[in-house]
Amino acid sequence: MRVRRIVPDELTTTNRHSSWLFVLPGLLLLILLGLPLIALFIRAIGVDFLSYAISETALTALKLSLFTSLVSVSVSLLIGTPLAYVMARWEFPGKAALQILIDLPIVLPPSVAGLALLLAFGRNGVFGGALMSIGISLPFTTVAVIIAQTFVSAPLYVRSASIGFAAIDPQIEEAAHVEGANQWQLFSRVMFPLARRALASGAVITWTRALGEFGATIMFAGNLEGVSQTMPLAIYLGFERNLNVAIVLSVLLVMVSMLMMSLMRKLDGNKIY
Amino acid sequence: MRRILLFFLMSTMLLSGCQLTSTQVSPPKKLTVYAAASLTNAFDEIGKIFMAANPGVTVAFNFAGSQALRTQIEEGAKADVFASANMKEMDTLVSGNYVAVDDVSPFMTNQLIVIMPANNPAELTSLVDLSKPGVKIVLAAKEVPIGNYAQQVLDNLDSFLGAGYKEKVLANVVSYENDVKQVVAKVQLGEADAGIVYSSDAIAAPELKKIDIPVEHNVVAKYPLAPLLNSENPELAQAFIDFILSSQGQAILQNWGFLPLK
Repeated sequence: MRVRRIVPDELTTTNRHSSWLFVLPGLLLLILLGLPLIALFIRAIGVDFLSYAISETALTALKLSLFTSLVSVSVSLLIGTPLAYVMARWEFPGKAALQILIDLPIVLPPSVAGLALLLAFGRNGVFGGALMSIGISLPFTTVAVIIAQTFVSAPLYVRSASIGFAAIDPQIEEAAHVEGANQWQLFSRVMFPLARRALASGAVITWTRALGEFGATIMFAGNLEGVSQTMPLAIYLGFERNLNVAIVLSVLLVMVSMLMMSLMRKLDGNKIY
Repeated sequence: MRRILLFFLMSTMLLSGCQLTSTQVSPPKKLTVYAAASLTNAFDEIGKIFMAANPGVTVAFNFAGSQALRTQIEEGAKADVFASANMKEMDTLVSGNYVAVDDVSPFMTNQLIVIMPANNPAELTSLVDLSKPGVKIVLAAKEVPIGNYAQQVLDNLDSFLGAGYKEKVLANVVSYENDVKQVVAKVQLGEADAGIVYSSDAIAAPELKKIDIPVEHNVVAKYPLAPLLNSENPELAQAFIDFILSSQGQAILQNWGFLPLK
Protein backbone atom coordinates (compact mmCIF):
# COMPACT_ATOMS: atom_id res chain seq x y z
CA MET A 1 0.00 0.00 0.00
CA ARG A 2 2.86 2.40 0.73
CA VAL A 3 3.64 4.79 -2.06
CA ARG A 4 7.28 5.68 -2.39
CA ARG A 5 7.65 9.43 -2.12
CA ILE A 6 10.09 11.57 -4.02
CA VAL A 7 12.30 13.40 -1.58
CA PRO A 8 13.81 16.78 -2.59
CA ASP A 9 17.31 15.25 -2.95
CA GLU A 10 16.08 13.16 -5.80
CA LEU A 11 14.87 16.11 -7.82
CA THR A 12 17.03 16.89 -10.79
CA THR A 13 18.41 20.42 -11.17
CA THR A 14 15.97 21.30 -13.96
CA ASN A 15 13.05 20.16 -11.82
CA ARG A 16 14.19 22.19 -8.89
CA HIS A 17 14.14 25.38 -10.97
CA SER A 18 10.38 25.37 -11.17
CA SER A 19 9.79 24.25 -7.61
CA TRP A 20 8.85 27.84 -6.64
CA LEU A 21 5.68 27.24 -8.65
CA PHE A 22 4.61 24.97 -5.82
CA VAL A 23 6.32 26.58 -2.86
CA LEU A 24 5.05 30.17 -3.31
CA PRO A 25 1.31 29.49 -3.69
CA GLY A 26 1.61 26.85 -0.98
CA LEU A 27 3.18 29.38 1.37
CA LEU A 28 0.34 31.83 0.71
CA LEU A 29 -2.22 29.24 1.73
CA LEU A 30 -0.19 28.28 4.79
CA ILE A 31 -0.15 31.93 5.87
CA LEU A 32 -3.91 32.15 5.40
CA LEU A 33 -4.45 28.96 7.41
CA GLY A 34 -1.90 29.62 10.10
CA LEU A 35 -2.06 33.34 10.78
CA PRO A 36 -5.57 33.47 12.34
CA LEU A 37 -4.67 30.67 14.72
CA ILE A 38 -1.40 32.34 15.67
CA ALA A 39 -3.29 35.62 16.23
CA LEU A 40 -5.71 33.81 18.54
CA PHE A 41 -2.86 32.44 20.63
CA ILE A 42 -1.05 35.82 20.68
CA ARG A 43 -4.20 37.55 21.96
CA ALA A 44 -4.61 34.82 24.57
CA ILE A 45 -1.15 35.54 26.02
CA GLY A 46 -1.48 37.69 29.09
CA VAL A 47 -5.17 36.93 29.45
CA ASP A 48 -5.85 35.46 32.87
CA PHE A 49 -6.57 32.13 31.22
CA LEU A 50 -7.70 30.14 34.23
CA SER A 51 -10.10 32.68 35.68
CA TYR A 52 -11.97 32.93 32.37
CA ALA A 53 -11.81 29.20 31.66
CA ILE A 54 -13.38 28.36 35.01
CA SER A 55 -16.01 31.11 34.88
CA GLU A 56 -19.47 29.68 35.34
CA THR A 57 -20.65 30.39 31.79
CA ALA A 58 -17.54 28.75 30.33
CA LEU A 59 -17.76 25.68 32.55
CA THR A 60 -21.47 25.18 31.90
CA ALA A 61 -20.88 25.49 28.15
CA LEU A 62 -17.91 23.11 28.34
CA LYS A 63 -19.91 20.48 30.23
CA LEU A 64 -22.86 20.77 27.87
CA SER A 65 -20.57 20.56 24.83
CA LEU A 66 -18.83 17.42 26.12
CA PHE A 67 -22.13 15.75 27.02
CA THR A 68 -23.99 16.54 23.79
CA SER A 69 -21.06 15.75 21.47
CA LEU A 70 -20.37 12.41 23.19
CA VAL A 71 -24.03 11.39 22.97
CA SER A 72 -24.13 12.53 19.36
CA VAL A 73 -21.02 10.56 18.37
CA SER A 74 -22.40 7.46 20.16
CA VAL A 75 -25.62 7.76 18.19
CA SER A 76 -23.58 8.12 14.98
CA LEU A 77 -21.62 4.95 15.82
CA LEU A 78 -24.73 3.00 16.69
CA ILE A 79 -26.82 3.82 13.65
CA GLY A 80 -24.05 4.93 11.30
CA THR A 81 -22.01 1.73 11.34
CA PRO A 82 -24.77 -0.47 9.86
CA LEU A 83 -25.45 2.14 7.18
CA ALA A 84 -21.74 2.42 6.33
CA TYR A 85 -21.55 -1.38 6.11
CA VAL A 86 -24.49 -1.52 3.72
CA MET A 87 -23.10 1.31 1.59
CA ALA A 88 -19.69 -0.38 1.35
CA ARG A 89 -20.70 -4.01 0.76
CA TRP A 90 -24.07 -4.06 -0.97
CA GLU A 91 -25.17 -3.07 -4.44
CA PHE A 92 -28.74 -1.89 -4.95
CA PRO A 93 -30.67 0.48 -7.22
CA GLY A 94 -30.56 4.11 -6.13
CA LYS A 95 -27.33 3.66 -4.20
CA ALA A 96 -25.68 6.65 -5.88
CA ALA A 97 -28.59 8.92 -4.96
CA LEU A 98 -28.51 7.62 -1.39
CA GLN A 99 -24.79 8.38 -1.21
CA ILE A 100 -25.47 11.99 -2.17
CA LEU A 101 -28.17 12.26 0.49
CA ILE A 102 -25.78 10.91 3.14
CA ASP A 103 -22.94 13.23 2.10
CA LEU A 104 -25.07 16.35 1.68
CA PRO A 105 -24.94 17.62 5.29
CA ILE A 106 -21.11 17.74 5.02
CA VAL A 107 -21.27 20.55 2.46
CA LEU A 108 -24.59 22.13 3.46
CA PRO A 109 -24.33 25.52 5.20
CA PRO A 110 -25.15 24.89 8.88
CA SER A 111 -27.79 27.62 8.79
CA VAL A 112 -29.59 25.67 6.06
CA ALA A 113 -29.34 22.56 8.24
CA GLY A 114 -30.78 24.48 11.20
CA LEU A 115 -33.68 25.89 9.21
CA ALA A 116 -34.42 22.48 7.67
CA LEU A 117 -34.41 20.83 11.12
CA LEU A 118 -36.74 23.53 12.44
CA LEU A 119 -39.11 23.10 9.51
CA ALA A 120 -39.08 19.31 9.96
CA PHE A 121 -39.14 18.85 13.74
CA GLY A 122 -40.30 22.28 14.95
CA ARG A 123 -43.70 22.70 16.56
CA ASN A 124 -45.24 23.69 13.25
CA GLY A 125 -42.84 21.47 11.29
CA VAL A 126 -43.73 18.65 8.91
CA PHE A 127 -43.32 16.03 11.66
CA GLY A 128 -43.76 18.46 14.54
CA GLY A 129 -47.48 17.81 14.81
CA ALA A 130 -46.99 14.05 15.16
CA LEU A 131 -44.30 14.61 17.81
CA MET A 132 -46.52 17.09 19.67
CA SER A 133 -49.36 14.55 19.78
CA ILE A 134 -47.15 12.22 21.79
CA GLY A 135 -46.05 15.09 23.99
CA ILE A 136 -42.63 15.77 22.46
CA SER A 137 -41.47 19.27 21.59
CA LEU A 138 -37.90 19.36 20.32
CA PRO A 139 -36.89 22.98 19.65
CA PHE A 140 -35.03 24.75 22.48
CA THR A 141 -34.01 21.48 24.17
CA THR A 142 -30.71 19.66 24.74
CA VAL A 143 -32.08 16.87 22.54
CA ALA A 144 -32.33 19.42 19.72
CA VAL A 145 -28.62 20.21 20.22
CA ILE A 146 -27.78 16.51 19.89
CA ILE A 147 -29.96 16.15 16.78
CA ALA A 148 -28.31 19.18 15.16
CA GLN A 149 -24.83 17.85 15.96
CA THR A 150 -25.68 14.37 14.67
CA PHE A 151 -27.20 15.80 11.49
CA VAL A 152 -24.05 17.66 10.54
CA SER A 153 -21.43 15.21 11.85
CA ALA A 154 -22.74 11.66 11.31
CA PRO A 155 -22.11 11.78 7.54
CA LEU A 156 -18.39 12.15 8.27
CA TYR A 157 -18.49 8.94 10.28
CA VAL A 158 -20.47 7.01 7.65
CA ARG A 159 -18.01 8.17 5.00
CA SER A 160 -14.91 7.11 6.94
CA ALA A 161 -16.45 3.81 8.07
CA SER A 162 -17.62 2.80 4.61
CA ILE A 163 -14.16 3.51 3.18
CA GLY A 164 -12.82 1.22 5.91
CA PHE A 165 -15.29 -1.55 5.09
CA ALA A 166 -14.74 -1.21 1.35
CA ALA A 167 -10.98 -1.54 1.73
CA ILE A 168 -11.24 -5.09 3.08
CA ASP A 169 -10.10 -7.76 0.61
CA PRO A 170 -13.18 -9.59 -0.85
CA GLN A 171 -11.26 -12.87 -0.58
CA ILE A 172 -11.45 -12.62 3.20
CA GLU A 173 -15.23 -12.34 2.94
CA GLU A 174 -15.35 -15.37 0.62
CA ALA A 175 -13.21 -17.38 3.01
CA ALA A 176 -15.57 -16.54 5.86
CA HIS A 177 -18.52 -17.70 3.74
CA VAL A 178 -16.73 -20.97 2.94
CA GLU A 179 -16.20 -21.48 6.67
CA GLY A 180 -19.99 -21.13 7.06
CA ALA A 181 -20.16 -17.73 8.76
CA ASN A 182 -23.55 -15.96 8.66
CA GLN A 183 -23.96 -12.20 8.04
CA TRP A 184 -23.70 -11.25 11.71
CA GLN A 185 -20.66 -13.46 12.33
CA LEU A 186 -19.02 -12.10 9.21
CA PHE A 187 -19.60 -8.55 10.46
CA SER A 188 -18.73 -8.99 14.13
CA ARG A 189 -15.78 -11.42 13.84
CA VAL A 190 -14.22 -10.38 10.55
CA MET A 191 -15.27 -7.05 9.08
CA PHE A 192 -15.61 -5.00 12.26
CA PRO A 193 -12.17 -5.93 13.66
CA LEU A 194 -10.52 -5.35 10.26
CA ALA A 195 -12.14 -1.91 9.82
CA ARG A 196 -11.71 -0.80 13.41
CA ARG A 197 -9.02 1.80 12.67
CA ALA A 198 -11.20 3.48 10.05
CA LEU A 199 -14.18 3.37 12.43
CA ALA A 200 -12.18 4.91 15.27
CA SER A 201 -10.73 7.60 13.03
CA GLY A 202 -14.23 8.37 11.72
CA ALA A 203 -15.52 8.59 15.28
CA VAL A 204 -12.78 11.08 16.21
CA ILE A 205 -13.46 13.45 13.30
CA THR A 206 -17.22 13.13 13.91
CA TRP A 207 -16.79 14.01 17.57
CA THR A 208 -14.64 17.02 16.70
CA ARG A 209 -17.22 18.24 14.18
CA ALA A 210 -20.06 17.77 16.70
CA LEU A 211 -18.06 19.72 19.29
CA GLY A 212 -17.71 22.63 16.86
CA GLU A 213 -21.33 22.71 15.65
CA PHE A 214 -22.76 26.23 15.75
CA GLY A 215 -25.18 27.32 13.02
CA ALA A 216 -27.67 24.48 13.12
CA THR A 217 -27.67 24.52 16.93
CA ILE A 218 -28.42 28.23 17.33
CA MET A 219 -31.29 28.01 14.81
CA PHE A 220 -32.84 24.74 15.95
CA ALA A 221 -32.01 24.61 19.66
CA GLY A 222 -31.71 28.30 20.49
CA ASN A 223 -29.33 29.68 23.08
CA LEU A 224 -29.91 29.03 26.80
CA GLU A 225 -27.18 28.49 29.36
CA GLY A 226 -27.10 24.89 30.54
CA VAL A 227 -29.66 23.74 27.96
CA SER A 228 -28.44 24.67 24.50
CA GLN A 229 -25.52 27.09 24.95
CA THR A 230 -22.58 24.94 23.82
CA MET A 231 -19.01 26.25 23.60
CA PRO A 232 -19.30 27.66 20.06
CA LEU A 233 -22.46 29.57 21.07
CA ALA A 234 -20.80 30.86 24.23
CA ILE A 235 -17.88 32.06 22.08
CA TYR A 236 -20.25 33.89 19.75
CA LEU A 237 -22.05 35.70 22.56
CA GLY A 238 -18.88 36.09 24.62
CA PHE A 239 -17.39 37.97 21.67
CA GLU A 240 -19.81 40.78 22.44
CA ARG A 241 -19.88 40.51 26.21
CA ASN A 242 -16.26 39.90 27.02
CA LEU A 243 -13.75 39.24 24.26
CA ASN A 244 -11.42 37.48 26.70
CA VAL A 245 -13.97 34.77 27.46
CA ALA A 246 -14.38 34.19 23.73
CA ILE A 247 -10.60 34.04 23.19
CA VAL A 248 -10.01 31.61 26.05
CA LEU A 249 -12.83 29.31 24.94
CA SER A 250 -11.59 29.47 21.33
CA VAL A 251 -8.05 28.55 22.32
CA LEU A 252 -9.43 25.62 24.31
CA LEU A 253 -11.42 24.41 21.30
CA VAL A 254 -8.43 24.81 18.96
CA MET A 255 -6.24 22.78 21.28
CA VAL A 256 -8.82 20.00 21.63
CA SER A 257 -9.26 19.93 17.85
CA MET A 258 -5.50 19.77 17.26
CA LEU A 259 -5.22 16.87 19.69
CA MET A 260 -8.05 15.05 17.93
CA MET A 261 -6.59 15.61 14.47
CA SER A 262 -3.24 14.15 15.52
CA LEU A 263 -5.02 11.21 17.12
CA MET A 264 -6.88 10.66 13.86
CA ARG A 265 -3.63 10.70 11.89
CA LYS A 266 -2.26 8.04 14.20
CA LEU A 267 -5.36 5.91 13.66
CA ASP A 268 -5.15 6.33 9.91
CA GLY A 269 -1.55 5.15 10.07
CA ASN A 270 -0.51 8.26 8.12
CA LYS A 271 -2.05 6.60 5.09
CA ILE A 272 -3.66 9.71 3.68
CA TYR A 273 -0.69 12.03 3.68
CA MET B 1 5.31 28.49 -19.94
CA ARG B 2 6.18 31.43 -22.18
CA ARG B 3 2.74 31.33 -23.74
CA ILE B 4 1.12 31.48 -20.32
CA LEU B 5 3.24 34.48 -19.36
CA LEU B 6 2.35 36.23 -22.60
CA PHE B 7 -1.35 35.61 -22.00
CA PHE B 8 -0.99 36.87 -18.48
CA LEU B 9 0.77 40.05 -19.61
CA MET B 10 -1.78 40.72 -22.30
CA SER B 11 -4.72 40.25 -20.00
CA THR B 12 -3.24 42.55 -17.36
CA MET B 13 -2.71 45.21 -20.01
CA LEU B 14 -6.28 44.82 -21.20
CA LEU B 15 -7.63 44.96 -17.67
CA SER B 16 -5.59 48.02 -16.69
CA GLY B 17 -6.71 49.69 -19.91
CA CYS B 18 -10.30 49.09 -18.92
CA GLN B 19 -9.72 50.52 -15.50
CA LEU B 20 -8.13 53.69 -16.85
CA THR B 21 -11.17 54.49 -18.97
CA SER B 22 -13.62 53.70 -16.18
CA THR B 23 -11.86 55.87 -13.55
CA GLN B 24 -12.11 58.84 -15.87
CA VAL B 25 -15.90 58.72 -15.48
CA SER B 26 -17.37 59.70 -12.07
CA PRO B 27 -16.09 57.32 -9.40
CA PRO B 28 -18.87 55.46 -7.59
CA LYS B 29 -19.08 56.20 -3.86
CA LYS B 30 -20.03 53.63 -1.29
CA LEU B 31 -21.48 54.47 2.09
CA THR B 32 -21.37 51.72 4.71
CA VAL B 33 -23.96 51.99 7.47
CA TYR B 34 -23.87 49.79 10.57
CA ALA B 35 -27.36 49.82 12.03
CA ALA B 36 -29.28 48.08 14.83
CA ALA B 37 -31.29 45.08 13.59
CA SER B 38 -34.55 46.78 14.58
CA LEU B 39 -33.86 49.49 11.98
CA THR B 40 -33.77 46.97 9.09
CA ASN B 41 -37.06 47.83 7.36
CA ALA B 42 -36.96 51.58 7.95
CA PHE B 43 -33.32 52.00 6.91
CA ASP B 44 -33.77 49.81 3.82
CA GLU B 45 -36.45 52.22 2.64
CA ILE B 46 -34.40 55.28 3.61
CA GLY B 47 -31.37 53.83 1.82
CA LYS B 48 -33.32 53.39 -1.44
CA ILE B 49 -34.60 56.97 -1.36
CA PHE B 50 -31.14 58.31 -0.45
CA MET B 51 -29.56 56.42 -3.37
CA ALA B 52 -32.21 57.70 -5.77
CA ALA B 53 -31.52 61.27 -4.61
CA ASN B 54 -27.72 60.82 -4.89
CA PRO B 55 -26.83 59.15 -8.21
CA GLY B 56 -23.55 57.27 -8.12
CA VAL B 57 -23.87 56.56 -4.40
CA THR B 58 -24.42 53.06 -3.06
CA VAL B 59 -25.50 52.54 0.52
CA ALA B 60 -24.53 49.19 2.04
CA PHE B 61 -26.09 48.18 5.36
CA ASN B 62 -24.87 45.82 8.04
CA PHE B 63 -27.82 45.05 10.31
CA ALA B 64 -27.12 43.16 13.55
CA GLY B 65 -27.45 43.53 17.29
CA SER B 66 -25.93 46.92 18.25
CA GLN B 67 -23.51 45.15 20.63
CA ALA B 68 -22.23 42.98 17.74
CA LEU B 69 -21.76 46.02 15.48
CA ARG B 70 -19.93 47.91 18.24
CA THR B 71 -17.52 44.96 18.66
CA GLN B 72 -16.96 44.73 14.90
CA ILE B 73 -16.09 48.45 14.75
CA GLU B 74 -13.71 48.06 17.71
CA GLU B 75 -12.04 45.17 15.88
CA GLY B 76 -11.37 47.34 12.84
CA ALA B 77 -14.46 47.00 10.63
CA LYS B 78 -14.75 49.86 8.12
CA ALA B 79 -18.00 51.77 8.52
CA ASP B 80 -19.11 55.33 7.82
CA VAL B 81 -22.20 55.61 10.03
CA PHE B 82 -23.26 53.76 13.17
CA ALA B 83 -26.88 53.73 14.38
CA SER B 84 -27.38 52.05 17.75
CA ALA B 85 -30.52 50.91 19.57
CA ASN B 86 -29.15 52.22 22.87
CA MET B 87 -26.82 54.92 24.17
CA LYS B 88 -24.52 52.39 25.85
CA GLU B 89 -22.89 50.99 22.69
CA MET B 90 -22.51 54.49 21.25
CA ASP B 91 -20.92 55.74 24.50
CA THR B 92 -18.46 52.83 24.38
CA LEU B 93 -17.39 53.91 20.89
CA VAL B 94 -17.08 57.54 22.05
CA SER B 95 -14.79 56.55 24.91
CA GLY B 96 -12.81 54.34 22.54
CA ASN B 97 -12.28 57.32 20.21
CA TYR B 98 -14.16 55.83 17.28
CA VAL B 99 -16.85 58.52 17.42
CA ALA B 100 -16.65 62.19 18.47
CA VAL B 101 -19.00 62.98 21.33
CA ASP B 102 -20.36 66.12 19.60
CA ASP B 103 -21.25 64.11 16.48
CA VAL B 104 -23.75 61.87 18.28
CA SER B 105 -27.39 62.72 17.50
CA PRO B 106 -30.32 60.86 19.02
CA PHE B 107 -32.82 60.48 16.17
CA MET B 108 -35.75 58.31 17.24
CA THR B 109 -37.26 56.36 20.08
CA ASN B 110 -38.93 53.00 20.27
CA GLN B 111 -41.10 51.18 22.79
CA LEU B 112 -41.54 47.55 23.72
CA ILE B 113 -44.41 45.18 23.00
CA VAL B 114 -45.20 41.48 23.46
CA ILE B 115 -45.73 39.48 20.26
CA MET B 116 -47.33 36.06 19.78
CA PRO B 117 -47.75 33.78 16.73
CA ALA B 118 -50.88 34.45 14.65
CA ASN B 119 -52.65 31.38 16.13
CA ASN B 120 -51.58 32.29 19.69
CA PRO B 121 -50.85 28.66 20.72
CA ALA B 122 -50.52 29.43 24.45
CA GLU B 123 -53.75 31.51 24.40
CA LEU B 124 -52.12 34.52 26.02
CA THR B 125 -54.36 37.53 26.60
CA SER B 126 -52.58 39.61 29.23
CA LEU B 127 -49.11 40.36 30.54
CA VAL B 128 -49.87 38.19 33.59
CA ASP B 129 -50.24 35.19 31.27
CA LEU B 130 -46.51 35.39 30.46
CA SER B 131 -45.82 34.04 33.97
CA LYS B 132 -48.04 30.94 33.52
CA PRO B 133 -45.87 27.80 33.76
CA GLY B 134 -45.06 26.16 30.44
CA VAL B 135 -45.31 29.25 28.24
CA LYS B 136 -42.35 29.31 25.84
CA ILE B 137 -40.83 32.77 25.81
CA VAL B 138 -37.95 33.95 23.63
CA LEU B 139 -35.98 37.05 24.60
CA ALA B 140 -32.81 38.61 23.27
CA ALA B 141 -29.66 38.14 25.34
CA LYS B 142 -28.95 40.78 28.00
CA GLU B 143 -26.02 42.06 25.93
CA VAL B 144 -28.40 42.97 23.09
CA PRO B 145 -30.14 46.35 23.64
CA ILE B 146 -33.65 44.87 23.29
CA GLY B 147 -32.73 42.11 25.75
CA ASN B 148 -31.64 44.70 28.28
CA TYR B 149 -34.79 46.82 27.72
CA ALA B 150 -36.95 43.68 28.15
CA GLN B 151 -35.32 43.03 31.53
CA GLN B 152 -36.13 46.63 32.53
CA VAL B 153 -39.77 46.20 31.51
CA LEU B 154 -39.97 42.96 33.51
CA ASP B 155 -38.50 44.81 36.50
CA ASN B 156 -41.16 47.52 36.12
CA LEU B 157 -43.93 44.93 35.81
CA ASP B 158 -42.53 42.95 38.74
CA SER B 159 -43.19 45.80 41.16
CA PHE B 160 -46.66 46.24 39.63
CA LEU B 161 -47.85 42.64 39.20
CA GLY B 162 -45.80 41.33 42.13
CA ALA B 163 -45.45 37.79 43.51
CA GLY B 164 -42.16 37.02 41.76
CA TYR B 165 -43.56 37.94 38.34
CA LYS B 166 -40.18 38.55 36.70
CA GLU B 167 -38.69 35.34 38.08
CA LYS B 168 -41.62 33.29 36.74
CA VAL B 169 -41.40 34.91 33.31
CA LEU B 170 -37.63 34.33 33.12
CA ALA B 171 -38.17 30.67 34.11
CA ASN B 172 -40.28 30.40 30.95
CA VAL B 173 -37.51 31.69 28.68
CA VAL B 174 -36.39 28.93 26.29
CA SER B 175 -33.79 30.91 24.34
CA TYR B 176 -31.78 34.14 24.45
CA GLU B 177 -31.27 35.29 20.86
CA ASN B 178 -28.53 37.47 19.36
CA ASP B 179 -30.69 40.19 17.92
CA VAL B 180 -34.30 41.29 17.89
CA LYS B 181 -35.03 39.92 14.41
CA GLN B 182 -34.13 36.40 15.62
CA VAL B 183 -36.72 36.79 18.39
CA VAL B 184 -39.33 37.87 15.82
CA ALA B 185 -38.38 34.92 13.55
CA LYS B 186 -38.81 32.33 16.31
CA VAL B 187 -42.28 33.73 17.09
CA GLN B 188 -43.22 33.98 13.39
CA LEU B 189 -42.27 30.31 12.92
CA GLY B 190 -44.58 29.49 15.82
CA GLU B 191 -41.77 27.84 17.79
CA ALA B 192 -42.09 30.30 20.66
CA ASP B 193 -45.37 31.30 22.35
CA ALA B 194 -44.26 34.88 22.95
CA GLY B 195 -41.38 37.31 22.59
CA ILE B 196 -40.65 40.83 23.80
CA VAL B 197 -39.61 43.10 20.93
CA TYR B 198 -39.87 46.73 19.77
CA SER B 199 -43.22 48.21 18.69
CA SER B 200 -41.59 48.83 15.30
CA ASP B 201 -41.01 45.07 14.88
CA ALA B 202 -44.71 44.46 15.44
CA ILE B 203 -45.51 46.98 12.68
CA ALA B 204 -43.13 45.12 10.33
CA ALA B 205 -44.87 41.80 11.11
CA PRO B 206 -48.59 42.70 11.08
CA GLU B 207 -49.75 39.05 11.09
CA LEU B 208 -48.56 38.57 14.68
CA LYS B 209 -50.81 38.95 17.75
CA LYS B 210 -49.76 41.61 20.25
CA ILE B 211 -50.11 42.59 23.90
CA ASP B 212 -49.37 46.25 24.64
CA ILE B 213 -47.20 47.21 27.58
CA PRO B 214 -48.75 50.22 29.40
CA VAL B 215 -46.73 53.42 29.00
CA GLU B 216 -46.06 53.71 32.74
CA HIS B 217 -44.32 50.30 32.76
CA ASN B 218 -42.73 50.58 29.34
CA VAL B 219 -39.26 51.91 28.58
CA VAL B 220 -38.23 54.51 26.03
CA ALA B 221 -35.45 53.12 23.85
CA LYS B 222 -33.43 56.06 22.54
CA TYR B 223 -31.62 55.51 19.21
CA PRO B 224 -28.46 57.56 18.54
CA LEU B 225 -26.49 57.74 15.31
CA ALA B 226 -23.09 59.21 14.42
CA PRO B 227 -20.46 59.28 11.69
CA LEU B 228 -17.32 57.30 12.48
CA LEU B 229 -14.10 59.29 12.87
CA ASN B 230 -12.18 57.11 10.41
CA SER B 231 -14.89 57.30 7.73
CA GLU B 232 -13.48 57.73 4.23
CA ASN B 233 -16.60 59.62 3.12
CA PRO B 234 -17.33 62.05 5.95
CA GLU B 235 -19.44 64.41 3.78
CA LEU B 236 -21.54 61.57 2.48
CA ALA B 237 -21.91 60.15 6.00
CA GLN B 238 -23.11 63.57 7.21
CA ALA B 239 -25.53 63.84 4.26
CA PHE B 240 -27.05 60.47 5.19
CA ILE B 241 -27.41 61.53 8.83
CA ASP B 242 -28.97 64.85 7.79
CA PHE B 243 -31.48 62.95 5.65
CA ILE B 244 -32.50 60.78 8.61
CA LEU B 245 -32.93 63.86 10.81
CA SER B 246 -34.92 65.65 8.04
CA SER B 247 -38.72 65.64 8.15
CA GLN B 248 -38.79 63.17 5.26
CA GLY B 249 -36.49 60.71 7.05
CA GLN B 250 -38.39 61.12 10.32
CA ALA B 251 -41.71 60.46 8.54
CA ILE B 252 -40.39 57.17 7.13
CA LEU B 253 -39.21 56.08 10.58
CA GLN B 254 -42.61 56.94 12.07
CA ASN B 255 -44.31 54.89 9.35
CA TRP B 256 -42.30 51.90 10.58
CA GLY B 257 -43.51 52.39 14.15
CA PHE B 258 -40.72 54.50 15.63
CA LEU B 259 -41.61 57.48 17.82
CA PRO B 260 -40.16 60.98 17.50
CA LEU B 261 -37.90 62.38 20.23
CA LYS B 262 -39.88 64.31 22.81
